[in-house]
Amino acid sequence: MSPRNPSPPAHDVFIAGVSLTKAGEHWQTSLRELAFEAVRLAQIDAGGLVPQALYVANAFAPILSHQIQLGALIADFSGLRGIEAVTVEAAGASGGMALRQAFLALMSGQLETAMVLGVEKMTDKIGPAVLSALATTTDADHEAVHGITPAAQAALLMQRYLYEYEAPSNALAGFSINSHANAVTNPNAIFQRALSEEAYTKAAMVCEPLNIMDAAPSVDGAAAVLLARRSVLPSESETPRVRILGSASATSALALHDQPDILTFTAAAESAHAAYAQSGLKAKDIDVFELHDQFSIFSALSLEAAGFAEKGQGWRLAHDGQIGLQGRIPITTFGGSTARGDSGGATGVYQLAEVVLQLQKRADKNQVMDTKIGMAQCLGGIGSTACTHILGRE
Amino acid sequence: MEVSRHWRLKKQRYALEGEVCPHCHAKIFPPRDVCPDCGLDARTLYQFSGRGEVYSFAKVQDAPEAHSEQSPYTVALIRLEEGPLVTAQLTDIGDQPLEVGSPVEMVTRKLRSDGERGMLVYGYKFRPLLRPSI
Amino acid sequence: MNASQQDRLLKPMEEVGIVGYGAYIPRYRLPAKEVSRIWTDGEGGVPIVEKAVPGLDEDVITMSIEAARNALARAAIDPSEIRAVWVGSESHPYAVKPSSTVVAEAIGATPHTQAADWEFACKAGTEALQAAIGLVGSGMARYAMAIGMDTAQGRPGDALEYTTGAGGAAIILGPAKESMARFEGSYSYATDTPDFWRRSNETYPEHGERFTGEPAYFEHILTAAREIMKLTDTQSEDFAHVVFHQPNAKFPMRAGRMLGFKDEQIKTGLLVSLIGNTYAGSPMIGLSAVLDKGQPGDRVLLVSYGSGAGSDAFVLSLTDRLPALRDRAPRTQEYIDRRTEIDYATYARYRGKLALK
Repeated sequence: MSPRNPSPPAHDVFIAGVSLTKAGEHWQTSLRELAFEAVRLAQIDAGGLVPQALYVANAFAPILSHQIQLGALIADFSGLRGIEAVTVEAAGASGGMALRQAFLALMSGQLETAMVLGVEKMTDKIGPAVLSALATTTDADHEAVHGITPAAQAALLMQRYLYEYEAPSNALAGFSINSHANAVTNPNAIFQRALSEEAYTKAAMVCEPLNIMDAAPSVDGAAAVLLARRSVLPSESETPRVRILGSASATSALALHDQPDILTFTAAAESAHAAYAQSGLKAKDIDVFELHDQFSIFSALSLEAAGFAEKGQGWRLAHDGQIGLQGRIPITTFGGSTARGDSGGATGVYQLAEVVLQLQKRADKNQVMDTKIGMAQCLGGIGSTACTHILGRE
Repeated sequence: MEVSRHWRLKKQRYALEGEVCPHCHAKIFPPRDVCPDCGLDARTLYQFSGRGEVYSFAKVQDAPEAHSEQSPYTVALIRLEEGPLVTAQLTDIGDQPLEVGSPVEMVTRKLRSDGERGMLVYGYKFRPLLRPSI
Repeated sequence: MNASQQDRLLKPMEEVGIVGYGAYIPRYRLPAKEVSRIWTDGEGGVPIVEKAVPGLDEDVITMSIEAARNALARAAIDPSEIRAVWVGSESHPYAVKPSSTVVAEAIGATPHTQAADWEFACKAGTEALQAAIGLVGSGMARYAMAIGMDTAQGRPGDALEYTTGAGGAAIILGPAKESMARFEGSYSYATDTPDFWRRSNETYPEHGERFTGEPAYFEHILTAAREIMKLTDTQSEDFAHVVFHQPNAKFPMRAGRMLGFKDEQIKTGLLVSLIGNTYAGSPMIGLSAVLDKGQPGDRVLLVSYGSGAGSDAFVLSLTDRLPALRDRAPRTQEYIDRRTEIDYATYARYRGKLALK
């Protein structure tokens, strides 16, 4: 067990409500309006529970929206003026990390309720300016200065992965195809169309060998999760209660070249195994896994890191059809970043809310059967920050 | 306009000046003053040869603002012959087929400019060997 | 010749020689017929075969760094012993901020060194060379580096556009006894002759067309060559190789013949047909090509020409040390052979001729 993530004492932190808003291009809607909508819906979902604190997960507002101090801004705009509020930033891992900070605050006894809001406004700048913002997740001095972007990092990983494991050039197609298939019935997804293997093969290159279907679109989005201790939960609820069973995070280097082995997501592995240890569970106990498929290669490496596949074998799970809603380990059950859309720092909150829907049997056409335990893992950059949560239905 | 953040890195950028760990002799690039292998203090300067081979590579079609004038360009992870991996662009690729394992050598090139009026940032890139026999 | 005339020979107190040299030519080539395809429907002759074009990430600073590294590889000296790094060019990337400090930093010559940029149209390189001979020959410095390097400018459609190339060479001067080529003397000839210029803040140079010939190039080159041969008591047949500034293939051949040189003496250092006019780099890279092939005992005449106008002339003799040292770095021919042909559109992009805003 990692010393950074000791097993917590017995606790009673629950998910009291969640919200998901449509990921997409919201030209009419500002950052604060996106945020307000998610906050409002989560509060309604939680039966009107009022949070004592607001944790905002966001990565790019300082660059794309020229805005910092989102905590105060959104608390004020959402009718929560006066409460404690702060932004948590860890690139694509911001969502999970914000939930973890809220979880720790509730565990400490200082708070009984907290709102975790993920929000990202990607479309207020266009083209190369957005790429420049995304590239700030890489090492500025030793990667971004050379023209490296997140897609370039992923392409470098993909090239080496295919070379090292002698995998076919379409080895990762199954991840994108699965995500698109799951997004068809997700009204919050930006892409609600299935993807054929042929269309994947013909897709335009973004960063050869990485094609446009290997990469998640960057979109506006907001999602929220309202946490509460058992003592403040409504005594009656139509939906099963979902409890946090494990919460852990770990880091590695920002730069690809600083990883001891680029094809091992060490932080993802450490945080997953710490969360397993906390919850007394193993990979085989996980019924649904929302992993961070910002790029298809991330799916393969995340499955390997979390123990669902041997090193170098993650791609075979997709290839062999084991990641679908009825598969051995369903992933990206609402389309993931690939097809639902990737909303930067909000992504981790989308994942958590989606896991809650699965555990509460509220996933509608995307429902995975017999879900008792779900896991969400989000990544900052190339897994430089990884945050893993395991949730369980009571 | 940015000046000092590039200026302070000029030795490593222009000429691949890194460090060597006095304890375990690991070669370190980019320099970080702490040995990634043994964790001890490592500030002894070390001049890398600039020779290495392609560990992975990719062609960037969508470039961020500061690099859009160079698009498309090829980025790579280079395994330096002294051990470390380094991220850099490949340049002057010509007609030679590029593959994992291709030998390359360091050259100092323009990395980016800080707009029309800003400073030019120079630094390491890698190219196929000019003299493959040596 | 009387004593006051003999004073015209520029010769230092201590004997000075070349202890290292290195060339650089970028890999892209624009065939001259591509220029005529665009501007004359391919009609009429072209003055050279092709010219070297720098890549998008290249400029006088990056090209000078590579040439300087090649020179250091041959000299095998500690770069911290170099007391001057001088870059002569018409294409310094900055109007104000030296190219030479970047070059000096990149090769490890900083900080105990003198860095400066030189400017005198196409003879900025030999101007730095002559000053470096003085610095070393006076005993002020053991080693000094002179670079001539250019990414030559020519207005689209102008006659210059066929020839304006990119390249040059770096030369490290040091004590003659350590050298691969000794300087026997040099001479400079300068007048106010406005044949070619580029005003401040202008992108492309203007020139006097046929005025650039007789009163400009030939007057200065021929006078400087005749004068230094007189001062060093040499005749055309005493030289194995002669290198002139080479704006095109015709001028240096004609100047050579007028001075009594045979074509074989000129051809080794005549690169313009394959790389273009490399402005301040032109005489320097011609010399580098001669050093690549010359034999110990060969005597070499080098005469530059810079518009505005002036010529620097040098007499060198190659030493026994040369053959063992020259293969420590790529020869000029290796850079010439490394070529990727581009079309006019790619050239226009690489040279910043496409308006992006």
